[in-house]
Amino acid sequence: MKESLLDILRCPLDKHELELEDATYDESADGDSDDSNGEDAAEVVDGTLVCAECGERYPVEDGIPNLLPPDMREESPA
Amino acid sequence: MDLRDQRGIETEVYQPAEDSELLAEAACGYLDKHGRDGPEATILEVGTGSGYVANRVADETAARVIASDLNPHAVRQARTEGVETVRADLVSPFADDTFDAVLFNPPYLPTEPENEWDDWMEHALSGGEDGRAVIDRFLASVGRVLAPDGVVYLLVSSLTGVDEVVERAGEEGFSAVAIADESFPFETLTVLELHC
Repeated sequence: MKESLLDILRCPLDKHELELEDATYDESADGDSDDSNGEDAAEVVDGTLVCAECGERYPVEDGIPNLLPPDMREESPA
Repeated sequence: MDLRDQRGIETEVYQPAEDSELLAEAACGYLDKHGRDGPEATILEVGTGSGYVANRVADETAARVIASDLNPHAVRQARTEGVETVRADLVSPFADDTFDAVLFNPPYLPTEPENEWDDWMEHALSGGEDGRAVIDRFLASVGRVLAPDGVVYLLVSSLTGVDEVVERAGEEGFSAVAIADESFPFETLTVLELHC
């Protein structure tokens, strides 16, 4: 995910803002994929999004933030 | 990608079909017409599946396109197609007043409870007993994330009932216009444009 995605992501439970913690970045990602420069184009590969209000934690894995509420987060469909 | 992964994608992620094509075509045309295709526009595709529709919109407009899906296999496939993806339940993790357009090709097949087969493909296809279970949840929540003047492009099948969806959209404060349709042997597909 691009770091700028944080501007429009919210905690699915209470709609408060999220803070990025423990981020690792893909240093090679912002070359050809985006014409903007600086941190907005930074590609977050792994990390955790933490709700500033309720403290719920949402993982970012392989560049994809998982913003399902905790009870829906399993890999199985049910 | 090995064969096992390939098979996983074929059975666990809905692949582009006539409905995807109709939604992509209609949305791209109307986004252009209404000036919602510029670099300052932000567009969300809910339930992106393979990422096909989101990718078409990203290719044919200058807008920033975000794609979401409940299915972990789908968000992975969509991301490999180059789309910004979020694993999400409909629009729940997005900020208020954010999107100039929201696109959705929902699960819409009416399915008896005893015939639900409970895997990712079922989630991609089944709309519950009346075909509108997911559509109704979507219509109840999408208004929050739409920007002022934002629009929704929703694909609806005659199997699901276009009039019923239009009526439900009206109850949620939307007016609906059909902007495209196409007939097939077992159903007619319609793209509705919804305005607040």
